[in-house]
Amino acid sequence: MIEVLFFAQLREQMGHEKLALQNAFADLGALRQYLMAQHREWQDYLSPAHSLAAVNQCLVDDNHPLHAGDEVAFFPPVTGG
Amino acid sequence: MQAKQLSDFISVQEANFSQAEEYLALCAGNRQDGAIVSFVGLVRDINSQHRVQKLTLEHYPAMTEKSLKKIVTEARSLWPISRVRLIHRVGALQASEQIVFVGVSSRHRGHAFQACEFIMDQLKTRAPFWKKEQDDKDEHWVQANQQDQQKARQWLLKPEDLSMFM
Repeated sequence: MIEVLFFAQLREQMGHEKLALQNAFADLGALRQYLMAQHREWQDYLSPAHSLAAVNQCLVDDNHPLHAGDEVAFFPPVTGG
Repeated sequence: MQAKQLSDFISVQEANFSQAEEYLALCAGNRQDGAIVSFVGLVRDINSQHRVQKLTLEHYPAMTEKSLKKIVTEARSLWPISRVRLIHRVGALQASEQIVFVGVSSRHRGHAFQACEFIMDQLKTRAPFWKKEQDDKDEHWVQANQQDQQKARQWLLKPEDLSMFM
């Protein structure tokens, strides 16, 4: 299982705080493509141009491999400080 | 050889902080350092032409401290700095309240100046915090700033290019 979390504006847009997926994905890019294909709006919300992603709490790019038990998070570009 | 004296204080908290107390913690018993540089970030009361009434800071708790530690570790690998204190507030804040504190001590001022700015620049683009503003008109998420992205990327230049920030 892979747990997918959403934060801030992306959480509100997606209408989900988290999703639990049973599927296996080779890498983050495959998971992103899978989610983007679920709803027309998600295509836009989850595009790499509009969102950052972390695997196990580290920022990574789409080539990052995924394993069962990973915690994946998608969120908008950060605005702290 | 100095490794035992190096210590980081990293805190993500709702409570306010005292710059005076943070400064004292950077100084206390510290005989080796000739420089302390600190930065405090405040909530602006006007952003994009509307008066900000309230600001809410959301974060990704499991990742926040981890990402701040990573940024401080990178700063340590770039400059011989001694003490680092980093505080970031979350939750509801009012205009002109303090949001963030970064304090760095080092033997010589150049390293503390650069490390302090580096930590802030990286925090602005890599630490998972998001601001939601409430102004006279509505409530909205603050959008990331392209200048912040460019500023953070400048640190990826070759070491000889970094001299421009001295």
